Amino acid sequence: MKFKLIKPIFNFLNNFSMRKWIIAPVLASLVMFGVSACKQNESAPATMSSAEAEKIVAEGNYEEAEVTAPPLVPAPIGDRKAKKVIIRLETIEKVGELEDGTQYTFWTFNGTVPGSFIRVRVGDEVELHLKNNENSTVSHNIDLHAVNGPGGAAEGTLVAPGKEAVVNFKVTNPGLYVYHCATAPVPEHIANGMYGLILVEPAGGLPKVDKEFYIMQGDFYTSGKKGDKGLLSFNLDKSIAENPDYVVFNGNATSLLGKNVLQAKTGETVRIYFGVGGPNLTSSFHVIGEIFDKVYIEAGTKVNEHVQTTMVPAGGAVIVEFKATVPGDYVIVDHSLSRAFNKGAIGKIKVTGDENPTVYKSKK
Amino acid sequence: MKPLPYLLILLLFIACETKQVNKQVLEDWKDEIKPVHSSKLMQKIDSGTYQLFFGKDSGGLAIVPTFYLDETAVTNAEYLTFLKSNPQWTKSRVLHIFADSTYLSKWKSDYEIPANADPNAPVTNVSWFAAKAYAKSVGKRLPTVDEWEFAALASRDAKNGKGTPEYDNYLMKSYLNRGMYLKPVKQSPANFYGIYDMFGVIWEWTEDFNSVMITNDSRNNASDENLFCAGSSNSTSDLRNYAAFIRYAMRGSVKANYCINNYGFRCAKDVETSKK
Repeated sequence: MKFKLIKPIFNFLNNFSMRKWIIAPVLASLVMFGVSACKQNESAPATMSSAEAEKIVAEGNYEEAEVTAPPLVPAPIGDRKAKKVIIRLETIEKVGELEDGTQYTFWTFNGTVPGSFIRVRVGDEVELHLKNNENSTVSHNIDLHAVNGPGGAAEGTLVAPGKEAVVNFKVTNPGLYVYHCATAPVPEHIANGMYGLILVEPAGGLPKVDKEFYIMQGDFYTSGKKGDKGLLSFNLDKSIAENPDYVVFNGNATSLLGKNVLQAKTGETVRIYFGVGGPNLTSSFHVIGEIFDKVYIEAGTKVNEHVQTTMVPAGGAVIVEFKATVPGDYVIVDHSLSRAFNKGAIGKIKVTGDENPTVYKSKK
Repeated sequence: MKPLPYLLILLLFIACETKQVNKQVLEDWKDEIKPVHSSKLMQKIDSGTYQLFFGKDSGGLAIVPTFYLDETAVTNAEYLTFLKSNPQWTKSRVLHIFADSTYLSKWKSDYEIPANADPNAPVTNVSWFAAKAYAKSVGKRLPTVDEWEFAALASRDAKNGKGTPEYDNYLMKSYLNRGMYLKPVKQSPANFYGIYDMFGVIWEWTEDFNSVMITNDSRNNASDENLFCAGSSNSTSDLRNYAAFIRYAMRGSVKANYCINNYGFRCAKDVETSKK
């Protein structure tokens, strides 16, 4: 009786274990495949070498690419294939404001400081048109840190006022890169505002977020001191001494304040593309009251987590992400704080939405 | 019938024809520059030496022999006189190999100077070839880079004002001026030699503008033994002279047929020929 009962069980177990030996490898390989497939989706772009990226075929005809003025960025590339894009930048010298009532003659790409945000993906073939406005006083060029080639294209783009240069390049390395004017005297061209960012997304694009912003920090050396009214000009001695009167985001002490405060809602994920034009100072980039959930270290492919302040070199960039969890004003600063407190390196993100007492509760 | 030989003959014929036509046009067009009278004042710049700013000889001393230099840039009115005697240089007839599509682009017609510019403002949007032709018409030539730079060293009251704060500041600020080329010449006081407006109004063509180059990428020099970047200051004699960097970069960015809104010229003359 006992045996009779046990035997089928034994048989069953025996059968099962037999099957298991067959099923297990199949299951395991399926799981492995799944994992590796997922893994490939997530991080293959990061591990793709620039040599492999060079082999990607950019299809179709050349299309004009959208570029945007700060703090906006063009739409994400998503899962589109590599293509041929035309990017147009114009060097424009124009009087603008460092803050209310304080004018400065900026030298710009496309009329803004920083210049237009360029967004492409690995494998794209870019035809860059650099025009120097006919009313410019001096010649300019461009060095894009995203370009492998002499001077990052500076070699082929020196343009006199009213003229245009065209260079072609293929983007092979994902990341967020600074571009800037590299015409002598380079420190003056950069100090006058000639820098911007170019984002090279990996194949498949960066993970989706709810809000994206474009901010660059720059140091300005003027003939006056911070707050002086009227038209200030570039000061050579202060520039060489690396002693700026202004350290600002997006070319103006109030570019991210007042009416220009950045907006987000609770529950939204926020990504900031942040670069430092310099020419001289680095940034201790920090958002007061937020912890960066993700930091793409030096704007490359390695992601660090839970970062309070990230160091950004002059001529370098970073991508930071955080989730807006509690409503309120979040102040963006260079945490080398005299720059924020006295020289203008300050901005704000306003988060609106429901209170979240679990995360934060004020008893005031 | 084999079409190939005929095609070849036809092609050859066309090729010869175009070549002949072009040659004819060139011959007509290069017709001797007709002399033009000019009463423009020139100032004598006594010989001297100056420290070369840029290139592999930078820091060395260049000897500049005595020469004469126009006291101001050539004006719209003066250039108009030249055009009337030398119509091959009018904007409708000029060859684009000698002056690009922006030659005299603000002129309404061949003999109408720009409406927004003073007749006594410097002529701009003229190529190096055009500037040379003009100089020839008045029995002069373009200054060399060395001559131009040597004359430009003068402050109001010294042959060499470089290094004094007034001179340096004046230079830096002068480059921020915009649209000055629309106003009459003599906008600022004359320098030591009695020369006006060397800075802040226009860039000026020089005979050998492309002999001392800042390359397209200003952190490297044309001759590769001289790196030009923060790490190497070998190729310049004066790293603080931002105004000169701007000037040399400007010269490096132009070609002889370029015509630019703020680019004009003044003429020079040797001592010997000016005695005649």
